[in-house]
Amino acid sequence: MAAFTIAAGTGNWFSALALGVTLLKCLLIPTYHSTDFEVHRNWLAITHSLPISQWYYEATSEWTLDYPPFFAWFEYILSHVAKYFDQEMLNVRNLNYSSSRTLLFQRFSVIFMDVLFVYAVHECCKCIDGKKVGKELTEKPKFILSVLLLWNFGLLIVDHIHFQYNGFLFGLMLLSIARLFQKRHMEGAFLFAVLLHFKHIYLYVAPAYGVYLLRSYCFTANKPDGSIRWNSFSFVRVISLGLVVFLVSALSLGPFLALNQLPQVFSRLFPFKRGLCHAYWAPNFWALYNALDKVLSVIGLKLKFLDPNNIPKASMTSGLVQQFQHTVLPSVTPLATLICTLIAILPSIFCLWFKPQGPRGFLRCLTLCALSSFMFGWHVHEKAILLAILPMRKEKPLFNWMETFYLLGLGPLEVCCEFVFPFTSWKVKYPFLPLLLTSVYCAVGITYAWFKLYVSVLIDPPVGKTKKQ
Amino acid sequence: MEKWYLMTIVVLIGLTVRWTVSLNSYSGAGKPPMFGDYEAQRHWQEITFNLPVKQWYFNSSDNNLQYWGLDYPPLTAYHSLLCAYMAKFINPDWIALHTSRGYESQAHKLFMRTTVLIADLLIYIPAVVLYCCCLKDISTKKKIANALCILLYPGLILIDYGHFQYNSVSLGFALWGVLGVSCDWDLLGSLAFCLAINYKQMELYHSLPFFCFLLGKCFKKGLKGKGFVLLVKLACTVVASFILCWLPFFTEREQTLQVLRRLFPVDRGLFEDKVANIWCSFNVFLKIRDILPRHIQLIMSFCFTFLSLLPACIKLILQPSSKGFKFTLVSCALSFFLFSFQVHEKSILLVSLPVCLVLSEIPFMSTWFLLVSTFSLLPLLLKDELLMPSVVTTMAFFIACVTSFSIFEKTSEEELQLKSFSISVRKYLPCFTFLSRMIQYLFLISVITMVLLTLMTVTLDPPQKLPDLFSVLVCFVSCLNFLFFLVYFNIIIMWDSKSGRNQKKIS
Repeated sequence: MAAFTIAAGTGNWFSALALGVTLLKCLLIPTYHSTDFEVHRNWLAITHSLPISQWYYEATSEWTLDYPPFFAWFEYILSHVAKYFDQEMLNVRNLNYSSSRTLLFQRFSVIFMDVLFVYAVHECCKCIDGKKVGKELTEKPKFILSVLLLWNFGLLIVDHIHFQYNGFLFGLMLLSIARLFQKRHMEGAFLFAVLLHFKHIYLYVAPAYGVYLLRSYCFTANKPDGSIRWNSFSFVRVISLGLVVFLVSALSLGPFLALNQLPQVFSRLFPFKRGLCHAYWAPNFWALYNALDKVLSVIGLKLKFLDPNNIPKASMTSGLVQQFQHTVLPSVTPLATLICTLIAILPSIFCLWFKPQGPRGFLRCLTLCALSSFMFGWHVHEKAILLAILPMRKEKPLFNWMETFYLLGLGPLEVCCEFVFPFTSWKVKYPFLPLLLTSVYCAVGITYAWFKLYVSVLIDPPVGKTKKQ
Repeated sequence: MEKWYLMTIVVLIGLTVRWTVSLNSYSGAGKPPMFGDYEAQRHWQEITFNLPVKQWYFNSSDNNLQYWGLDYPPLTAYHSLLCAYMAKFINPDWIALHTSRGYESQAHKLFMRTTVLIADLLIYIPAVVLYCCCLKDISTKKKIANALCILLYPGLILIDYGHFQYNSVSLGFALWGVLGVSCDWDLLGSLAFCLAINYKQMELYHSLPFFCFLLGKCFKKGLKGKGFVLLVKLACTVVASFILCWLPFFTEREQTLQVLRRLFPVDRGLFEDKVANIWCSFNVFLKIRDILPRHIQLIMSFCFTFLSLLPACIKLILQPSSKGFKFTLVSCALSFFLFSFQVHEKSILLVSLPVCLVLSEIPFMSTWFLLVSTFSLLPLLLKDELLMPSVVTTMAFFIACVTSFSIFEKTSEEELQLKSFSISVRKYLPCFTFLSRMIQYLFLISVITMVLLTLMTVTLDPPQKLPDLFSVLVCFVSCLNFLFFLVYFNIIIMWDSKSGRNQKKIS
């Protein structure tokens, strides 16, 4: 019976949490899946049936390969398992093929890859010191963190219903963060470099990594007041870091460099032709900007300030992913958003440089980078918000009354959108109104959160290196 | 209770699991001409909405009883009528007379699944939560863990939200009855139980323990005084509730008789299809269904059923206690399941509910029983393509029970409530010390057999000459397990008196 006990993992709440959420993911297999399902099936087909030189050129399907090479290799490996499930899904011409075995294989691949995520969460929990709190399980910080990460419903919905592979990618990021907390900086840098070559969206947080590693790893000591000690610069560390990043990039981009395909790869990775707001508005700053523009244009029309003929016919809310002009406020170009993002990131980077707070400061800077880039980035997907959610942790009482009120407001908003709206006459004229409202409402909330986090980072005093996190 | 937020999370987890299971297929999906239980429920909505009450249970050109005629008591009919009104509001095509036969669509599936969820949420789940909160002598955390395990019981979820039925209504009412009677609200409890019987006649499996417990209480209070008053009040409550439910059908004698004929089809034989009871298992060796005439079969099953449940019931009349009541519910329902007439495999749920109620007292045996009960439903679940949800929910239930109750540490004789029994046996056989070990080994064998049989049923094809081989094996193995449990639960009941008198009163 003892063997059974160990095998069943009695008393070990972490295994129970991990197993429980895995079982829930299995139950979610028959749920709705989005076009992303077809995207990944297409990539399986491309990497399996075509030679490497064709991977970034293939365009039979509209869902072309737009992730870095490591992800393509990952799909290649998966495709070799896929052929035992259903050979037909690996045919490039089988657009929108989704037999039950294909569905099963794809879903199981996401669930399986989440093992990396579970391991990363386990490592993160080891970094937390939970001796201060009482014996109650539900109050232990490790337990709370595990629940927030493993049972994160945003991730569940995006990965296991909508269909994506964010789980293991977040796992890589969490693992690299954990390694930095554990002072294993080289491993952390290596893992982050690998992550970048899986999904380049993580470039948003690269400045945080760069500055932190430079400031806290390459400069090996601080002056007593916390400021920088220039003569403690270690060339060895800088060079080894550079070498790690260089080798990883070489492994990833090397083959395409040899084939002279780098420009094509980059054009696939950074598609600037797509519109400012993705079809379903991400709730970031530009959503508010667009809403303001719309409101102003309506007012302008009513008050006869604007000439109706000058207004472009295509509306931002029509759901097509193209480039648009704003009517009242100045139009926004990709360069402008990049500059806005950089400006938004700068204060937190400066904080990281001048007032290093150890790994915790790094974590906060990372979160700010992610959130800032979400706020101001060009062509941001709603899923990018997940980047910002994960590194956060609860420290003080969670919400004050204003915030609680705001969160509760989400309820009536949803009710309005789902139940009331379809019965009103506006459904035909403004079909995207509910999404617009949801986005704008969420944008307000997210802007507020971003603001608060920034303020807390700028105000907090620097922490000396001797204090444990 | 302090940890109300944890209880809310438990309920939400239960609801999530239920809703995700309901995404799967249902009984008879896409299988004309007869379809399955899902179509039966839809058809009853059609019949009750379009036809007058007098014609619900009669064969007519509008109501062909061969095509899923109503064979549950009036409360099911009223519930179907209620659902039909909601259906009419959303889409009348779903219940149009004749033309809606075999109607299947995503929207309709969503509607039907929602009706199950609402019924569950209103009746069964509050009963479970309240029951767990009222448990005595255990910590709050254990109460919440208990609620989690009961709500995660796979059998009920898979049948109600997968195969498609409304067992949560009748089981919920029965649970309210148990609650009422255990907390000394006898009249309300018996009213709730009458509602349960009037929803599904299979609840009669639970009727004897209720009757004996309440009778025992009356005797205890003294038949000359308060006891007699209580008896009269109970009788009036029962009669009144029955009259209320059957009112439209009491106007003519023929109506009442026809309903009774539909509820108790004695013409249909000892058993139908494969079910994990004695007669089906016996039939493998000796074809009693074909050899013996109908009335002999009836008498035989009657005798066996009542002989096996009589000791426990008599004990309950003489020594009514809440604990004895719950265990008698288990053994009575199990006796009926194993020996009664025309038993369906889904009736195992009637045994599972009382076993869920004693989960906190004998976690190891209860978990074992509940796993076997889910396993016995395997042929039915495979027919409905519910393999993945059943495996996942069974594993989730097992993990929940193991982490909540640490069941593998509770296998000593005292934990299994077999101490007084083994002491009695040791008077004659001094070497009888291996009971606990033996039960652990039996558990291991049982689980390994179940896993192996599941794997075989799923991966292999049965041989040509014996196409039902795997279903029969599943039923046979389950039946053996159930027989063991029948003996076990009866032992607990009969040997309970000695420990019951020595300890303080635990109600």
